[in-house]
Amino acid sequence: MTRVDFSKADHYQHAVYPSPFHSRQKEHNRLKEWTRWSDYLSVPAYWCDSMEYFAGRNACGVFDITPMVKHLITGPDALPWLNRLMTRDVRKIKPGRVGYSVWCDDNGRVIDDGTIFHLQDGVYRICSQEQQIDWFMTSAAGFDVTIVDDTHDVAGLAVQGPTSCAVLKNMGLEGVENLKPFGLTYFDFEGTTLMVSRTGFTGDLGYELWVEPEYAEVLWDRLFAAGELHGIRAMGSKALELLRIEAGFILAGADFLPAAQAVRPTHTRSPFELNLGWLVDFDKGIFNGRKALLEEKKNGSRYQLVKLDIDGNKPAKDSFVFTKKGKFAGTVTSAMWSPSAKASIALASLETPHGKPGEELEVEIYFQRELKWNRVMAPCRVVKDVFWNPPRRRRTPPADF
Amino acid sequence: MVEKNDYLGGATASRELHKNWIYSNASYVCSLLRPEIYRDMNLAKYGLQVVPYGGSVTMAQNGDYIGNYVDPDLARREVARHSPRDADATVRYDRDIMRQCRFIRQFLLRTPPDPTSFKPRDLMELLYMGRQAMKVDEDVLYDMVKFYTMSISDFLDEYFENPLVKASHSGSGIIGSALGVMSPGTAYVLLHHRMGDVDGSMGAWGFARGGMGAIAQAMADCFTDHGGEIIRGSGVEQIMVRNGKTTGVALENGNEYYADVVVSNMTFPRTFLECMDEKDLDPGFLKKVRNFKIRGSSGKLNIALDGLPKFTALPEGSELAWGDMHLIDSTERLERAYDDWKNGTWSKDPYIDMLIPSMTDPTMTPPGKHFMSVFVQYVPPKINGKEWTDAQVAEFGQTVINQIEEYAPGFKDLILHMEVRTPRELENEVGLTEGNIFQGELTMDQLLFNRPIPGFAQYRGPTKGLYMCGSSNPPGGGVMAAPGANAAREILRDLRKPNTVPEGWIDD
Amino acid sequence: MTKYSNNSGIIIIGGGHNGLVCAAYLAKAGKKVTVLEAADQVGGLAATREFAPGFRASVAHLLYLLDQDIRKELALESHGLRMARTGLETIALAEDGNHITIGPDRVDGAGLSAEDRVAYKEYRRFMSKFAGIIGGLHNKIPPRLTPRREDLMALGKTALSIRMLGRDDMREFLRIGGINIYDILKENFDHPLLKGALSLDAVLGTNSAPRSNNTVFTALHRMSGNTGQAAGAVSIPAGGMGAVTEALAAAARKFGADIRCGCPVSRILLENTAISGVQLASGEQITASVVVSNADLKTTITDLLSLRNVEAGFAKKVGDIRAQGNAAKLHLALDSLPNFKGLSPEQLGERLVIAPSVEYVDRAFNHSKYGEFSARPVAEITLPSIHDASLAPNGKHVLSAIIQYAPRQLGQGWNEGKAAFIENIMEVLDAYAPGIRDKVISTELLTPEDIERDFRISGGHWHHGELSLDQFLMMRPVPKSAQYITPVDGLYLCGAGCHPGGGVMGSAGKNAAAVVLAQ
Repeated sequence: MTRVDFSKADHYQHAVYPSPFHSRQKEHNRLKEWTRWSDYLSVPAYWCDSMEYFAGRNACGVFDITPMVKHLITGPDALPWLNRLMTRDVRKIKPGRVGYSVWCDDNGRVIDDGTIFHLQDGVYRICSQEQQIDWFMTSAAGFDVTIVDDTHDVAGLAVQGPTSCAVLKNMGLEGVENLKPFGLTYFDFEGTTLMVSRTGFTGDLGYELWVEPEYAEVLWDRLFAAGELHGIRAMGSKALELLRIEAGFILAGADFLPAAQAVRPTHTRSPFELNLGWLVDFDKGIFNGRKALLEEKKNGSRYQLVKLDIDGNKPAKDSFVFTKKGKFAGTVTSAMWSPSAKASIALASLETPHGKPGEELEVEIYFQRELKWNRVMAPCRVVKDVFWNPPRRRRTPPADF
Repeated sequence: MVEKNDYLGGATASRELHKNWIYSNASYVCSLLRPEIYRDMNLAKYGLQVVPYGGSVTMAQNGDYIGNYVDPDLARREVARHSPRDADATVRYDRDIMRQCRFIRQFLLRTPPDPTSFKPRDLMELLYMGRQAMKVDEDVLYDMVKFYTMSISDFLDEYFENPLVKASHSGSGIIGSALGVMSPGTAYVLLHHRMGDVDGSMGAWGFARGGMGAIAQAMADCFTDHGGEIIRGSGVEQIMVRNGKTTGVALENGNEYYADVVVSNMTFPRTFLECMDEKDLDPGFLKKVRNFKIRGSSGKLNIALDGLPKFTALPEGSELAWGDMHLIDSTERLERAYDDWKNGTWSKDPYIDMLIPSMTDPTMTPPGKHFMSVFVQYVPPKINGKEWTDAQVAEFGQTVINQIEEYAPGFKDLILHMEVRTPRELENEVGLTEGNIFQGELTMDQLLFNRPIPGFAQYRGPTKGLYMCGSSNPPGGGVMAAPGANAAREILRDLRKPNTVPEGWIDD
Repeated sequence: MTKYSNNSGIIIIGGGHNGLVCAAYLAKAGKKVTVLEAADQVGGLAATREFAPGFRASVAHLLYLLDQDIRKELALESHGLRMARTGLETIALAEDGNHITIGPDRVDGAGLSAEDRVAYKEYRRFMSKFAGIIGGLHNKIPPRLTPRREDLMALGKTALSIRMLGRDDMREFLRIGGINIYDILKENFDHPLLKGALSLDAVLGTNSAPRSNNTVFTALHRMSGNTGQAAGAVSIPAGGMGAVTEALAAAARKFGADIRCGCPVSRILLENTAISGVQLASGEQITASVVVSNADLKTTITDLLSLRNVEAGFAKKVGDIRAQGNAAKLHLALDSLPNFKGLSPEQLGERLVIAPSVEYVDRAFNHSKYGEFSARPVAEITLPSIHDASLAPNGKHVLSAIIQYAPRQLGQGWNEGKAAFIENIMEVLDAYAPGIRDKVISTELLTPEDIERDFRISGGHWHHGELSLDQFLMMRPVPKSAQYITPVDGLYLCGAGCHPGGGVMGSAGKNAAAVVLAQ
């Protein structure tokens, strides 16, 4: 199956579609576990989540990102519309470049985050985690802009890890090594166009490949053939989750609650509260949330999203964070034992005034040993730098490993 | 407890009206029943099982349908079939409704304050409400104003574009209400239908296994287990009063029972206009009772079926047939149905909310046979100001049958037995004045401290020792049990007895 | 070549009555004010216009809300304002000529029961009292719903004013304040004409029927003016309603305001995110850091500022404002006075209503729900030329009538539907005033579509947005902008789309001036 047949309404009988890569995923999926991600079937782990994680850190891991929600933005007002929607100045994302951004409601609360691909002059694609068409269309009043949800027209693979460039070169993508971080380029591929962007969700060297769904299987086959001698492995969402926490990337629904879903409005977060103040540009003119964010900048934020380096080896999942004196300071939003940093690490949302780098805190961790539950108060500190940030991530051209 | 019928439950009844068929012949689904009371009365021990039925479907005349599934992905993709934008907008819509429901739910098991009173208790409660309101986000408060004042039709227009999507949401705004979808105030009625839950899943509805009477039966068993006595088969002729004090009740069969405390579960007008001596009541009070709005707007068909009807719109074997099925495709059509009611007759193109509980509940019918509950709107309490005639009742039944037949050809041939209930039947059998299923309209003049009338919203009647515990009292109708619980709390308070009524669970 | 002028003062877009009031107060406080009016005369819907050679009328034809403080503070009498007639009685017309007459404290006519007469007095008593609660809010800046001290104080004061009604009246106010006039009239009266006429007061100029909840509120709003007269009493100014706006303009000019007519604004200009001025249709640009719009919010934001210059959530709220006009305005140039059945010539000068029963009004509304005009419309009729001969050539007369219901979005379109609707209206008029057709020299019917186009009011809704509880006080025009402000720095609002809403009252303009001055 390469593309869902939209001519019939039958596909709505099921909660999800098989991905355009489904036939290949099925072959690799020895655990026979499937999960739902947005409109598609997705694989949590193909054969061993920790080995898949190491494929992504040590060689090359391949992850199906087709389910990402994608919108194609065209029309004379594409840029003005984007600039009113996004907190950052989209004018600075030149053609052939990709930018990470968040977008907010009028209260300055983050609706979602995502990447903006400037595909060609004046043509953009937004990739996001959550469905956005209602908010995008609502925001489009007064703009001459065309917004098309093209999620199902594009198949995507993330190819991540230190050998990923070598794999792509080996696949015949000549000159791909010259692609800089957050750049995108096009290749002729099997009679169609393959878009390659040097982007990813792992904080390491990596690329994302985008192609029409009809070419999904051949892309997969060519990629795996080219990567055979470079340690290529299919990677599931569990491995990706580990990779992204190490990289300090936030996830909607885990590290923040998308504003459109918030029954309790105070549970949402502003960009500042997610440590994403660098994405807010007050000098570019009007944008959604500007007024509220200006106020917040003036009056201070309620929360701070921080990285915690935690003593000991127990993952601090769902933990409370306290001050040394035992006062509540916040909660952990994502946590793991980092196999690369060899540390127990976490992202945590702390109440103001907590969260300054260097601050010493404690996390309350519950862990189980053979059905016996234990509790530790593990000392931890707020750290400034992400846990995994190798120089190869930025080097152009990258090395082969 | 005295009950006029031989069966218990009033409108929460299960009755065998056709051999081997159990009908939930008045109320038919359950969501509002306060879980705090369910648990505190230990209704599970007394045999009650509430089973969620999962989802609903709205069928259109053109043969299409829109399903509402419990699973969020299935639900989203089904709406997306009609409008991808509306599928996404549903997230925001559900969010805004849940915000309001969360707010209301915390007050359901509390006695409303009297805003005119200077008593510390009322002032404290007002202050409490004010504080709770101020805890809510500013935007949510503006939305609240809208929910209480807007029409469901205008409200839906702010969220959705597709007519069928709007139609599928609009029915909840008018069920049991003598208002049209374009009448301001109907957005609240929608909240009233969404604030219940089954096992914490807000807005979900379920069946009581064995029919709705199972709820009443479990409660009755709990009651008798705790020493209560139930006398059936004769209604109250009069609530007796001497020197401004309630002294007991006289039944239609001539028996008299004396008591210091009498609690009426009857509707507000029935209690005071039919079961009390005018001389015992203040004329000003009586005028207000007469002005109480309790307009019947709905009818019901209970049908024994020889087999499952086949709805043209639904795919073969669709699980949507397990849930409630609505026959409507636009808010305009629904509004025109209301115009008929205003003109003093039943809707010729009625709105239908039907279920086949026997698909879920194996106790109701013989295997392979089915019971269908058909709720119909709009049906007036009188036809052009005159009492219903039997011929008109039959004609109304035919209107409904024809409507269903349009969507499910061959349906008529499956009918083994049918009970047609207009507001007349509902009033005569259950005692619901004018056949209003909520014991009084759910409009702003009859909500919270205005229900049933201002100054009497704390479950106390006008004569000493007389209390009210029916749905005419706050927080209103539906198989909720909150008015009864709240009344019990007030009575115990007056008797200076320890309170046994549970507090509401706090959401967060 | 674009002409640039530097203003450094305050620009008011629109010279309707609220714009003029705002201008007058700002100028009085020493501010430099320029009013830019698109039409050739000030007044907007209140302006007295010639609709046929020698015949003049104003769209807003009766005065019942004009604030007496504004009247005094701006000394409108000294600027020529004079009433041709005050305290008009309402005559509820019956097709058989057995009309009833409704005054501020009594009701007379054939077939009225003693109970109805008594009940009417009581109805007037409590309705006037309740209207006072709403009236008490008119000259206040609406609070926001936040726990901030000033907001809580304002809400507390309103709560206190409700408490001051006394226990019984407070209960009644809280009971009926949010519901429909149909039920209240049914509780109180028997006579169909009385109920019909009173129900009309609750639905005039609105998109609702007597059975619609909110209509008790609209009835109260109509009676809520701080006019110094009986609640809801209506007057006819000499020279038509335009005389009010001319007097306001004269007052504003006296304080130094510059009022320029024939200057439609085409755009509100921004520099970065703050107001920098306006551009006229002529191309002229006038710089100013403060712009006050007398236009409705939808027109202001969508047409003049552009939705692109506000945040998306706000833009959505602006789009959601319910402002679908459902009333048309009829102007007839008459050869001579019409003969209404059962009316003496003296009575012709009163306020005549055709709303013979609540059900009649309700049925008239039903059509509009489905995009049709009423088969049998309701009407509020005046013959202003009886009180003011200057409005028509000698011996001839003007009939001015509000006609409902005429939905903004007519299924067949107004181009096609207008003639048919006029025919329906004339048929109804003829039933009450036989032979009126023969006296008609000229007919003008302004549908909501015409009003939208000619007076630049979105939806053609006179009140710049439905007057209902979801669009009142802190909800009007949209939450968080009810304080006459917008999210755009330097852009303020002063029109009827703001609190306290429509009718020739002036309070919105005065309140807006206070906000601008405070900031």
